[in-house]
Amino acid sequence: MKVNAVSLTEQEWILPGNRTCPGCALSLAYRHTLKALEGQCIVTVPASCATVLHGMYPITAVNVPCVNTPFASTGASATGLVAGLKALGKKGITVLAFAGDGGTHDIGIQSLSGAAERQYDFIYICYDNEGYMNTGNQRSGSTPLGAVSGTTPVLGKQQYQKDMTAIMEAHGLPYVATCSASYPLDLYEKVRKARTIEGTRFLHIHTPCPPGWLFPFSDTIKMGEMAVETGLVVLYEIENGVFRLTSASESLARKGGNLQPVREYFVSQGRFKTITEEQIDELQDWVNARWKQCLHRATNL
Amino acid sequence: MAIQRKSNIRILDGNQAAAEAARLSRVQVVAAYPITPQTPLTEQLSQYVEQGELQAEYVAVESEHSAMAVCTSASLVGARAFTATSSHGLAYMHEMLHWAAGARLPIVLACVNRAIGAPWNVLNDQQDSISQRDTGWIQIYCRSNQEIIDTIIQAYRIAEQVFIPVMVCYDGYILSHTEMPVAIPDQKDVDKYLPAYKPHTSLDPSDPKNYNLVTLANPRVGVDGKLCHGYMELRYLLQEALQNSRETILQAGEEYSQIFGRDYANMFWEDHTEDAEITVVAMGSLAMEAIVAAKMLREEGIKVGVLGLRVFRPFPKSDVVRALRKSKLIVVFDKNISYGSEGATCSEIKSALYGTYINASIRNFIVGLGGRDVKAHELADATKKAIASLKETVINPDYPEWICQI
Repeated sequence: MKVNAVSLTEQEWILPGNRTCPGCALSLAYRHTLKALEGQCIVTVPASCATVLHGMYPITAVNVPCVNTPFASTGASATGLVAGLKALGKKGITVLAFAGDGGTHDIGIQSLSGAAERQYDFIYICYDNEGYMNTGNQRSGSTPLGAVSGTTPVLGKQQYQKDMTAIMEAHGLPYVATCSASYPLDLYEKVRKARTIEGTRFLHIHTPCPPGWLFPFSDTIKMGEMAVETGLVVLYEIENGVFRLTSASESLARKGGNLQPVREYFVSQGRFKTITEEQIDELQDWVNARWKQCLHRATNL
Repeated sequence: MAIQRKSNIRILDGNQAAAEAARLSRVQVVAAYPITPQTPLTEQLSQYVEQGELQAEYVAVESEHSAMAVCTSASLVGARAFTATSSHGLAYMHEMLHWAAGARLPIVLACVNRAIGAPWNVLNDQQDSISQRDTGWIQIYCRSNQEIIDTIIQAYRIAEQVFIPVMVCYDGYILSHTEMPVAIPDQKDVDKYLPAYKPHTSLDPSDPKNYNLVTLANPRVGVDGKLCHGYMELRYLLQEALQNSRETILQAGEEYSQIFGRDYANMFWEDHTEDAEITVVAMGSLAMEAIVAAKMLREEGIKVGVLGLRVFRPFPKSDVVRALRKSKLIVVFDKNISYGSEGATCSEIKSALYGTYINASIRNFIVGLGGRDVKAHELADATKKAIASLKETVINPDYPEWICQI
C-alpha cells in the first residue's frame, strides 16, 4: 500500500531548527529520506548545503549517525562504512551517501563511479540545487543552460546539464531513480524501495533553491512542480533495467503526454534573466526530445 | 632480559614483510590503489584475503584519495584499517591524511618511499613522506625488512593507544624489493601484544553522533549547557597527543622486545655515539649505509658515530640533544629537500640544538634523490669534506651541498 500524508510516520530524524535557508528544498528531501529509512542508517555527507544543515559542533539538527567527509570522497566514505560494518558483522544498517550536485556531478564523480563499479551496498542520493549554493551559487556540471551564476555572471551558462542519472544507469546499477522535493511521497516510496535492494542504488532529487535561483521563498514547491510539468524534470525509476515513469510524470503521460511550455519556468526565476529566445527554443526542443524518449522507454503506461 | 623464541626465519622482501605484518595485525579493512613500488604489497594482501588467510574486506579503490577515505570511514565504524602507497599516491591522499589525523583515527599506512615528479621517477627518496610531515601523523622510518614487520605491528599498538594514525615508511626498492632474512612473529604472541581495536567513538543508529561537524574557532556551549572545544582546542589536543606519544612509542617498543626479543625502546638508533666527536645523521636505509661509512672513518682514526632517525614525528628533540651532546660536528644526510631551505632532518636537528649548550657545526648533504645510488665511501668522503670545511669556518652554511654532478 502506498504511503500518504496521513500514514507517513510522524517521527522526525531532522530536528526542529536547522541552518538551511527559508524555503530550502534540501531539508524537505532529507527529511523524507530519513523517514523512509526510519533512522536505521549511517549517513556520509560531503561539503555541501547538507553540512550547513547538520549544524555546528557540538549541536546537530540530525538525529542519525553521520560522518562529514571531504568533498571528493563521498563514494569512498560510503564504501568504507559498508566495508567496516561488514568486517564487524553488523547487519541491518543502511549506509546513505547524501551529496549535492557539485559533490556528485563534479568533484565527487570519481569516488562515486568507483564505488558503483565495485557494487558496494549503499544508497547514494544526489540532491540537485543546480550549482554550488553553499558557496553562494557558482556554476556546476548540473547548472542549466542559460542560468546566471557567480561564475557565469554575464552571459549565463553556455552548456547543458550533465545527465548524472544516465551516467549512473550506465554503471549497471540495480536501482536508479529521479525524484523531486515537490513530490515527497514519490521520493519516500523510492527510498523505501531502494532500501530493500542490494548493491549501489542512486537517486537524484531536484531541489529548487530560492536564494540561488532567485524566486520567492514561498514558491519552492511550485518551482519543483513546474519543472516536472514542463518535462525539465522527469520522475522515473529504473529497477534492474526496467524503466517506469512515476508520480506526476506518469500522470502526465497517461493524460496524453502534453507538457507545459518551458518558458514559464524560466521567466519565474531571476537566474534566467539573460536567457535568450533562441536558448528557450533550444531547451524546449531538448525537453520534447527527451520526453519522447521517456515515453518510449516507459513500461508502465 | 630478552626471551629467545624459536626461530621462524623467512626470506622476504620489504613489501612481503609489510603484508605479513598487516596479516598478523588482523587488519579488518584494507583499501589500496596500486603504485610502484608499493604494488606487490597490495597484491599480496588481496591474495591473503581471497585465500581466506586474512579475514578482512579488501577494497580495490579507484584512487589513493579514496583509499584513505575508505580507511577513515571504516575506522569510524570500529574496524582496524590499513593502506599502503608511495609517492604520487601519498600526495594524492594529502587531504585525507589531514582528516585521518584530525578525526583521531588509528589508521596505519605503509609508505614505500619514492620520488615525486615532474619528471617521472619511480625510484627511491623520501620526498613523499617528508612532504606530509605536517598532517598530524606519527612517522616512523625503517632500516631493514625486519624493522618493517616489527614496526607495523607496533604501529597499531601505538595508534590505538594515542588515537593518532601512523605512517610506517620504508625505502622503495632498497627495502621493498630486496630480500632479507626476517624473523616472523608468532600469531599468538602478536594477539597478546595487540588487543582488538576499541574505537573512541562509533557510528551506530542506537546512539547517533554526528562526526566532523563544522567547528567554530572558539569553544561553544552544547544543548546540555556543557562548554565544548573549539577548532583551536581540538588542534591543540592533537599536538599535545603527538608530544606525549613519545612515551607510548617507547613503551610499545619495550614491550615488543619483551615478547619478541628485538629491542625498539628508542626514538632513533645509535651506533658508536658514546665517544663520537662527529655524528652522522641519516634516516631509513641510509642509516645502515652511514654505519658502513662510519666504520671506514673509524679505521682511519676519525671518531664518528651514527644517529639513525627512526621516529620523525613526533621529533625527539631532547633525545637528540642527549645523543649529540659530545659532537663537535654533525653531518646530516637527507634524501629529501625542502626547496629553498635545506633537508628536512637537518632543520629538525638544528631546531633541537638551538638554545642548548651544544654548539656543534652542522653540515647538510642532499643525497640519493630519485634513486641515485648512495655509496658508503661517498658518505665517508662527504664527512671528510665537512671536517675539512671547519678549517675555513665553523659557521653553518645557509644551504646544503648536493652529492651530484653539478
